[in-house]
Amino acid sequence: MKPVKIILLPWIGKKQKPASRDLVRRTRSSRDRASRVSMRILAVFTGVLVPAFVIILFLRARPILESHSLLTLLFSSSWRPTQGEFGFLPFITGTLAVTMVAMIIGVPPSLLTAIYLAEYLHPRIRSLLMPIIDLLAGIPSVIYGIWGVLTIVPFIQHTLMPAVNGWLGFSPLFRATNPTGYGVLAGGIVLAVMVFPIIIAVAEEVIRTVPLGLREASWALGASKWETTSRVVLRKSFPGVMAAVLLGFSRAFGETMAVLMVVGNVAQVPRSIFDPAYPLTALIANSYGEMMSIPLYDAALMGAALILLLVVILFNLASRLVLERIKYS
Amino acid sequence: MKIKRKLTEFLVNSLMVLSTLFVVGCLLLILGTVIRRGLPALDLAMLTQIPQGGYYLGKEGGILNAILGSLCLAGGATVFSILFSLPVSIYLQLYPSSPTTRNWIHLSLDVLWGIPSIVYGAFGFSLMLFLGMRASLLGGIIVLALLEFPIMVRGMEEAIHMIPVELIESSYALGATRLETSLRVVIKQAFPGLVTAVLLATGRAIGDAASVLFTSGYTDQLPYSLLRPAASLPLAIFFQLNTPFPAVQDRAYAAALVLTVIVLGLSIISRLLSARFNKNIIR
Repeated sequence: MKPVKIILLPWIGKKQKPASRDLVRRTRSSRDRASRVSMRILAVFTGVLVPAFVIILFLRARPILESHSLLTLLFSSSWRPTQGEFGFLPFITGTLAVTMVAMIIGVPPSLLTAIYLAEYLHPRIRSLLMPIIDLLAGIPSVIYGIWGVLTIVPFIQHTLMPAVNGWLGFSPLFRATNPTGYGVLAGGIVLAVMVFPIIIAVAEEVIRTVPLGLREASWALGASKWETTSRVVLRKSFPGVMAAVLLGFSRAFGETMAVLMVVGNVAQVPRSIFDPAYPLTALIANSYGEMMSIPLYDAALMGAALILLLVVILFNLASRLVLERIKYS
Repeated sequence: MKIKRKLTEFLVNSLMVLSTLFVVGCLLLILGTVIRRGLPALDLAMLTQIPQGGYYLGKEGGILNAILGSLCLAGGATVFSILFSLPVSIYLQLYPSSPTTRNWIHLSLDVLWGIPSIVYGAFGFSLMLFLGMRASLLGGIIVLALLEFPIMVRGMEEAIHMIPVELIESSYALGATRLETSLRVVIKQAFPGLVTAVLLATGRAIGDAASVLFTSGYTDQLPYSLLRPAASLPLAIFFQLNTPFPAVQDRAYAAALVLTVIVLGLSIISRLLSARFNKNIIR
């Protein structure tokens, strides 16, 4: 209060004036400096968070890396924690199978929707549709899981599996091996719907960054709307669209609860799309209860988390680097 | 030739309309399923009671423990996360720092955004083992705060970025320091965007199950201590669905409806708020 008074009424305490003004200035600037330093510390803390994730998970996983060779861990399919056998192959193939199915089902509709939103729709309708797609992104994964259990699993069991088995049953990939609907395909369908909003949002943004001049040049040459879109716009935005797909892939790769609820959870290498599978994420989530009571079990699970983390970091880095380049070009 | 082009155009167009309808239809289908199965099972006792003895066999009780637990977890995490993400986003947007540092931090935030929540759970669990903590409300709050952090920073940075540079520069020209400008001009101007970012992140935290599975555990009691385990809605849904009794499974659907209403409500409130606050903003 006092310094302010002095500034407002300079004739009071004239002798003190220069010193106090100086004081005010000094407190203000020292406050500024203090806040700057603390903000800087917080920002740097952000920058070291990802390495901290890797280091801490690595430290927890080290016992298993020391007692088992990496090759056995990754390529052995015998999973008997009580006997000290930790082969991740069923889980890694489970994750890959579910993610692949999700991408095959999910990528075409999301890219078509992204193109439609970005190129064909009137901006006003687009601004009505984008919030709906955001809403899809906000739904918790447990809800997706419930939807899968209630809708997708019975649909596969009663409708899709008999039909596909009848048509394509000669190939082991499509053979009906599993009386329930819980399996790779159910997980893939649920994940496909979960990656829609991510791929659509990123791809739509990338497609819209293509300059209008390129489209106009193509129209001037007599190309139709789709010819322009496919040969000019999509070619120009191809790296960005791929980055969007990669982001969707890494989201599907690490998704836990929804997959856990519909995928069947049997530790075997899946051979048919109807087979039950057991992805890495489901393994970690399912074993939290018993992992502290069996030696090396918790290290093995943290190793699984480390594998997930490293793959996701790799994919994210790749797609972010592509997207950054698009933003600045 | 002309017919072929017209045909392609028509075909592609209808494919695109179909897939857009499909995507929107999926949302409606999900909401429809949850409402159709959840509404009949929902009653007042579900919302106002904690599980009584034999609840998981179909006897009476409710999920008040999970509802309150989820609100405490997400609320605490949001407060924690604001304390970290607001300074970081202001720093990244307003304060001079070398492009290398800035790029590194942005890349790190992007990677954090992409890390699956089960890995957050595993990380939090390892961290708690190092610190000697047990599964508790506090542990869940810390992990959820970490999970919210990248989402919040991204939204807040966008909000701050939207402020006209002239406004910030005029504040500097009047002699305000960066701190004063941030507190009195930037936060006030970016407020709607900041609120949207916060609510978005809160919605994500409420719905997340995989990360609290390890860190906050589950209990049938109300959350009354930071150092005790706390229940959460997504886990309540998950556990009830895994029981073999149809009566308990019905309650899982009702709990799912509650969770959906909370999450969508947050999302809609944030939109309405930002539309409302936008009136007071200088553009």
